[in-house]
Amino acid sequence: MNDDIVLTVIGKLLIPFILLFALYVQFHGDFGPGGGFQAGVLFAAGIILYALTNGTDAAMRLVPPKLLAPLAALGVLIYGGVGVATMLRGGHFLNYSVLAHDAVHGQHYGILLIELGVGVTVAAVMLLIFFAFMSREG
Amino acid sequence: MLLTFLVMTAIAVVRVQSLFAVVILSGIYSLTTAGIFIILDAVDVAFTEAAVAAGVSTMLMLGTLALTGHKQAPPKHAPVLPLTVVILTGIVLLWGTADMPRFGDPEAPVHRHVAPRYIEDSPTEIGVPNMVTSVLASYRGFDTLGETIVVFTAGVGVIALLGIGRRRRGPARNANRGDDRRSGNEHE
Amino acid sequence: MDWIGQYNYYVVFFLMMTGFYVVVAHGNLVKKIVGLNIFQTSVFLLYISMGKVKDGTAPILLEGEAIYSNPLPHVLILTAIVVSVATTALGLALVVRIKEAYGTVEEDEIREQEEDA
Repeated sequence: MNDDIVLTVIGKLLIPFILLFALYVQFHGDFGPGGGFQAGVLFAAGIILYALTNGTDAAMRLVPPKLLAPLAALGVLIYGGVGVATMLRGGHFLNYSVLAHDAVHGQHYGILLIELGVGVTVAAVMLLIFFAFMSREG
Repeated sequence: MLLTFLVMTAIAVVRVQSLFAVVILSGIYSLTTAGIFIILDAVDVAFTEAAVAAGVSTMLMLGTLALTGHKQAPPKHAPVLPLTVVILTGIVLLWGTADMPRFGDPEAPVHRHVAPRYIEDSPTEIGVPNMVTSVLASYRGFDTLGETIVVFTAGVGVIALLGIGRRRRGPARNANRGDDRRSGNEHE
Repeated sequence: MDWIGQYNYYVVFFLMMTGFYVVVAHGNLVKKIVGLNIFQTSVFLLYISMGKVKDGTAPILLEGEAIYSNPLPHVLILTAIVVSVATTALGLALVVRIKEAYGTVEEDEIREQEEDA
C-alpha cells in the first residue's frame, strides 16, 4: 500500500513535465538537439510511466489502441503528403523551396511539417508495441 | 576512461548467468555509449541513443523476460569453434586499422567531399541553426522517409505477431502440435 | 602509424567481436538479441569516432568562426539507431511466440523438439 502511494504521487508530479518536454523537443529541434524521433520516444515514455504506475487497463482507456493505429499511419501520410504537395506546386518530390513565397521560408515550413509527421508516427508505434507486449499473459 | 568501462560491461554480459542482470547491463552499456557520444560532439545522436536504446529497448526486453523466464540453461559443450572464428575475424579487423586515418584528423577523406558543402551552404540555403536537422530533413529527406516507413512496418509486424487486447495464452499445447505434425507428414 | 591514437577503433572492434561471440556461442534466444544490440551499438561508435574533428564542436551554428564536427555521420547513425530498435522489437515479439509454440527459448531444446517430432 505504501509503495503504491509513492509511485502514484511521483507519477502525477512527473508525467505532465515529461509530456511538456516532449512537445518542447519536437518544436525546438531546429535550434538545439532534438527533432521528431526524440520527441516521439519521450511522449511514449510519459504514457508508459502512467501505465506502469496506474495499470495497463487505465492507460488503454486513456489512449485507446484503436486510435493509435490510424495515428501511426497518419504520421507517414503527413510526410508523404508534404512531398506530394511540393510536386503539385511545381517542384520535385520533397523540394520544400516551392512551399512558400521565399525559398528559406519554404524550407522552414517543410521541416516543421515532416518533423511533426515523424514524431506522431514514432510515438504511436512505440505505444502500440508496448501495449502489444503487455497484452500477452504468460 | 568511459571506453574501458564499456569493455568491462560487454565482458560482464558474456559471463553473467542471470538474464535479468544481462538486460540491466545492456541498459548500462547503452547509457555509457550515450555519454561517449556527447564527448565525441554528437549531441543529437546521444539524445536518441539514451532515449531509445537505454529506455525503450530495455523496457521491451524486461517485458519479454516477464513472459519467457529468467533462467538460461548452462552451456553444454565447450565453445571452441565460435571462439576460433571470433578471434580470427578480430585479427583481420585489427589488421585493417593500419590503413585508417588518425582519430580526429581534419584532413581525413570523410571530411572532404560532401560535408564541407553541407556545413557552408546550410545557413544560407535553409537557415536552420541545427545542421543535423537540416541535413536529416532537407538534404537527406528521402532517407528519413524510408526510416519512418521502417518504424511503421515494425509496428505493423508486432501487432500482427502479438495482437492487442486482453487475451489468455498458455504455454505450448502439445495436442495442437501433434496435429500440425501429422498434417505436415501428409503433404510429403 | 599512431598506436595510441587508434584506441577508439581497437575498443570498437573488441566490442564487435564480443557481440558476435554472444550471438554465435550462447543458446538462449533473448541473450542472442542482447548480443546483437551490443554489435549494433559498437558499429555506431565506429562511425561517430570517424566523424569527430580535433578541436571541433557540436554541429549547431554559433556566432562567428568555429570548427564543426562532421554532421553527416550523425544523420546516418540517427537512422540506424531507430532501425535497430525496430528490429529488436520484432525479434522479441518472435521470441515470445516461439516460447508459446515450443515451451522453451533455448536453441538446443528447440532443435531436439524439431528432430524428435
